[in-house]
Amino acid sequence: MAAKWMSVAEVKQQILESSAEELTANYLETINKSKINGYITVSDKALEQAKKIDIEGLKGPLAGVPIAIKDNISVKGLPNSCGSKMLKNYIPPFNAHVIEKLLEAGAVILGKTNMDEFAMGSSTESSYFGPTLNPWDLERVPGGSSGGSAAVIAAGEAPFALGSDTGGSVRCPAAFCGVVGLKPTYGAVSRYGAVAYANSLEQIGPLANNVSDIAVLMDVIAGPDARDSTSAPNAKPEYQAALKADIKGLKIGVPKEYFGEGINPGVEKAVWAAIQRCEELGAFWEEVSMPHTKYALASYYIIAMSEASSNLARFDGTRYGFRAEGETWHSLISKTRAEGFGAEVKRRILLGTYALSAGYHDKYYLKALKVRSLVKQDFEKALGKVDVLMAPTMPNPAFKLGERLEDPLSLYLSDVNTVPINLAGVPSLSLPCGFTAGLPVGLQIIGKPFEEPTLLQTAYTFEQNTDYHNKRPPEVV
Amino acid sequence: MITKEDVEHIGWLARIEISEPEKAEYMEKLNSVLDSFEQLDEVETKAVPPTYHVLELYNVWREDEPLESLPQAEVLANTEHKQEGAFRVPRIG
Repeated sequence: MAAKWMSVAEVKQQILESSAEELTANYLETINKSKINGYITVSDKALEQAKKIDIEGLKGPLAGVPIAIKDNISVKGLPNSCGSKMLKNYIPPFNAHVIEKLLEAGAVILGKTNMDEFAMGSSTESSYFGPTLNPWDLERVPGGSSGGSAAVIAAGEAPFALGSDTGGSVRCPAAFCGVVGLKPTYGAVSRYGAVAYANSLEQIGPLANNVSDIAVLMDVIAGPDARDSTSAPNAKPEYQAALKADIKGLKIGVPKEYFGEGINPGVEKAVWAAIQRCEELGAFWEEVSMPHTKYALASYYIIAMSEASSNLARFDGTRYGFRAEGETWHSLISKTRAEGFGAEVKRRILLGTYALSAGYHDKYYLKALKVRSLVKQDFEKALGKVDVLMAPTMPNPAFKLGERLEDPLSLYLSDVNTVPINLAGVPSLSLPCGFTAGLPVGLQIIGKPFEEPTLLQTAYTFEQNTDYHNKRPPEVV
Repeated sequence: MITKEDVEHIGWLARIEISEPEKAEYMEKLNSVLDSFEQLDEVETKAVPPTYHVLELYNVWREDEPLESLPQAEVLANTEHKQEGAFRVPRIG
């Protein structure tokens, strides 16, 4: 039996009919033949873990279900490279909160997925381990930074996965690879054990073949955790209870600024068709305006780079990770960081350092934080009138490998519709809603803080009434 | 506008060694990004408070009780540069 493109329910059925061990072996075989470079590390413990679950009698909601984990989320005993030479040989001595939860639920960790170095990018091309290829077209990028996590699902190399989303890093690759991805509300999922890039913006988020599996995963990973001081104390909703195919009376806002200059006509067409489909299903839509959208990109990059310059200061070669030779303390650290970090990471650290340095702090960092307030107010106003917002996840479909590598600005511009969401901290889900020139298009559904259930219900209803999530890329494995 | 001296200064602050040929490249690429940031100057923000993060949480404490730490051997497991239970680094200077 080919272990490919199964929902979690189908995976569980398959385990009952054979075993967790056999199912994991099937996935490992598929991964072995992969052409897309989606995994950095394939776990050598996966089979053993699955066998143990068989012996113990399939306990937990995910008993024996395999999952892929982005390589910036700590799994005890597996390398956690963050796509960087700096952490190539680093093996965390502890599990992230979400990994503890997954293991308690009986999940089997298949391996660690490829990503832009330290999650900085939208194409997975800045990985030290080489780019991941888009299963829909091997000459194109899978999106990023969680490109490996999205691509392995699209290629049938894992039923679902975890990624992280600082400015679109779950939603962008979900859109480019034709899978579903959720950026939860800031604070809904503990970040304990996730390597920080910009900690006021990022969240761990699930990626899957369909909306139901996203809810399954959220039921396992979400909820408060005392080890993350920004974990929200809110009671955790039952995400799977939201999977009802009904959006009658739902009010949708369509922010005109998200359909701005430079949007690909095929993307625009597919997203409008999706909004009209929702209208046919009983929802209402109206245009809304979010006037500060055009400033979100600059605000986001200043904040993300500033936080990165501080967060990445810990990589100094003294306790773990790569270490260069140096005669003195300072030269050892400066050489370690010069040789251990890639070009884009160094650019962001340097710009972040500049934005925080004496004389420039108010002009750049403080200004960006104030603009962040205005962007957040745009969301509060718009979501005061409607239940959800709908927009394209990305203004364009997956672009060609190498196309935007030399010009950082052109790469940043593709994040225009995803970064405002992280500034505001609201939840957002990307869902397949069509194709343009054979490439998947993602519909972004944005909601009020902690109202993931509304997003899931809306997305589930759309999915039940369309067939895009059942479309598979041409044979790639 | 980031000058060559600025590149050297922030390279020192960030502890990233930058070679002579790299300095020109950084000047070009960092300035092109910085120019795009100037766009924020047109936003009126005098009366706007900054948002450092979005949750209304203040002073999240736990009880001041010692918790178990990682065993020393595990803490040192990720480096070859250790001596007598400590990390070994070159002298400062």
